[in-house]
Amino acid sequence: MPLPLHVSQPNGGRLGVCQLATQVASLMNLMGTSLRAEVSAAPVADHLPWGGAATEDGVSPDPAFDAVVTTRSLRKVYANGRVAVEDLDLQVRRGEIFGLLGPNGAGKSTTVGMLTTRIIPTSGTAIVNGIDIAAKPAQAKQVLGVVSQANTLDQGLNVWENLYFHGRYFGLADKPARAVSDELLDRFRLGDRKTAEVGSLSGGMARRLMVARALLHRPAVIFLDEPTAALDPQSRIALWEILIELQGEGQTVLVTTHRMEEADEHCDRLGIMDHGRILAVGTPRQLKSSLGSGAAVTVRAENRLENLAAYLGRAPAVTEIRVVEEEVRFCLPTTAGALQWVLAAAQVGGYQLTDLSVTDETLETVFVSLTGKELRE
Amino acid sequence: MTAAAEPLAVDAETRSSSGAGWAAFRAMLLRDFTILDKRLPQFLAGTIMQPLMLVFVLTNVFPRIGQAIGGGDGASRFSSLLLAGVVAQTIIFSGIFIVGTEMVRELGVTGEMEDRLLAPAPIALVAIEKILSGALHALFGTMVVFPIAALVPATPVYLDVQPVVLLTLTPLACITASALGLTMGTRFSPDTASYLFGVVALPLSFLGAIFYTWPSLDPVPLLKYGLLANPLVYVSEGFRAALVPSEPHLSLLVIYPAMIAFTVVFTLLGIRGLRRRVVT
Repeated sequence: MPLPLHVSQPNGGRLGVCQLATQVASLMNLMGTSLRAEVSAAPVADHLPWGGAATEDGVSPDPAFDAVVTTRSLRKVYANGRVAVEDLDLQVRRGEIFGLLGPNGAGKSTTVGMLTTRIIPTSGTAIVNGIDIAAKPAQAKQVLGVVSQANTLDQGLNVWENLYFHGRYFGLADKPARAVSDELLDRFRLGDRKTAEVGSLSGGMARRLMVARALLHRPAVIFLDEPTAALDPQSRIALWEILIELQGEGQTVLVTTHRMEEADEHCDRLGIMDHGRILAVGTPRQLKSSLGSGAAVTVRAENRLENLAAYLGRAPAVTEIRVVEEEVRFCLPTTAGALQWVLAAAQVGGYQLTDLSVTDETLETVFVSLTGKELRE
Repeated sequence: MTAAAEPLAVDAETRSSSGAGWAAFRAMLLRDFTILDKRLPQFLAGTIMQPLMLVFVLTNVFPRIGQAIGGGDGASRFSSLLLAGVVAQTIIFSGIFIVGTEMVRELGVTGEMEDRLLAPAPIALVAIEKILSGALHALFGTMVVFPIAALVPATPVYLDVQPVVLLTLTPLACITASALGLTMGTRFSPDTASYLFGVVALPLSFLGAIFYTWPSLDPVPLLKYGLLANPLVYVSEGFRAALVPSEPHLSLLVIYPAMIAFTVVFTLLGIRGLRRRVVT
């Protein structure tokens, strides 16, 4: 039987048969050696348990972990008996962009509400910059910056006045408040709308102004609740540019979102939440590889599928291997080199592949696998 | 974004809570008066219209068309009595409509109070700021309405001003009204705000001893004593004591303690109401 190889890659790349043959030849002798090492060993470092650096009690054993937000067994039960947040242990490192991901009703907003003094925890503690929020809410507000999902700009004040009075609320004298308001308007590209009514701003401008306002008093951490919801793509990009620039200046950012691609691209670490609990914490890469499925591989072969599965399954990097509907499916920790490795392995083992596909494990698959597929209203 | 922008250093220092709270309190007052300045024409129109119409029709038009209440000298006496009631009503309405409706809007529609709620001050202080700000607005409104109520009537208005009573009662009434407004504003949602006029302001007004003095209700004792639950009665009667003391009126020994008691109760209810609305 000839080799009608059809090899697809997730990025649209397709290898021709000749090209493939060359690659296979060059990779033949690598089977079980360097490539296997690359596939299996390199990501092992990423195979940290759920929770990343945090231990079970949520306290990092790493002294270098400078937490600006720490919650311990934080719990919120509403008056109607609904448990919105259950035993939440969370740490946000100083200077990072931390994303809280979860479906509707997961408890993200309740968590942010508790961290920003607006929701009183039923039990547990939340510390921001060393201040116990429930015990000293007024003091804690000095170190919090909040950008809520709704437009909460002061409609009675113009664009500049929204910043100026925010500065005054936070104790700035007239002159410094004026100076910093001018500076922030320029910085957030709102200088030409200085005297405009806030009602006349576009969604993106209003959100930028809210971010500028939240930053004005130099909070230890800025909370953004679904900041890019209802924004057009340009405004979303502009907002993330701002957040990344702020992070570059040492600003800690906590953002809630259910936009997987944004979380994946921009957040240093993510916490996936559902039913009031944190299900997983880690870098996007850790989360994607911690399912043991950085790459999802599907192989078709002429015959002996069970043998092929058993053969491939001996490689330590291969996980979750199974034969389903004339296919062998398994996971590799990473897509890098996966294609070549599988081809080489098959050649060495004497298996003739008829089809091979390698797809990226996306944050979305991780998310769905953790939170389920049922619709949340 | 400019590359030259100075990096925002993370400021770990926090100021003393009380110092930060009072700074925020002063800034919120400044904010409220900045907005009053911007909306002065609307504020004046809203404050003046009701008392102007009331005084104009009852004390200017009625005597001219021979429909004067009281008739003859009685018309003049009525104008004087009504002046006290109209000033009282202006103050109470200021509280309900300026503080109350503003709270309903800011809490329920625009959410624009958020920035003040996140200022480094206890929620109670935010509530107290609103009461003080509302009281100052009411005081300003009173000063505008006073000459109207004195000059518009067609018949002469005879006043015997008691300065001490006037100068103590007016600010107290303004605070009472503002605290009442805060209580109402935190209890009504945008959906129910339209009832503020029909369900709260109208009965308070008609049963508030504006058009009649409280002692004159002797023939209807049930109503007379039932009316003592209405804070506006004490304000109206208080202004009678301050402006037309020769007319029978409630004793100041009842008026002051009652107004203080209403102020305390409404302030506590207002603080609790605001906290309930903004902290879960």
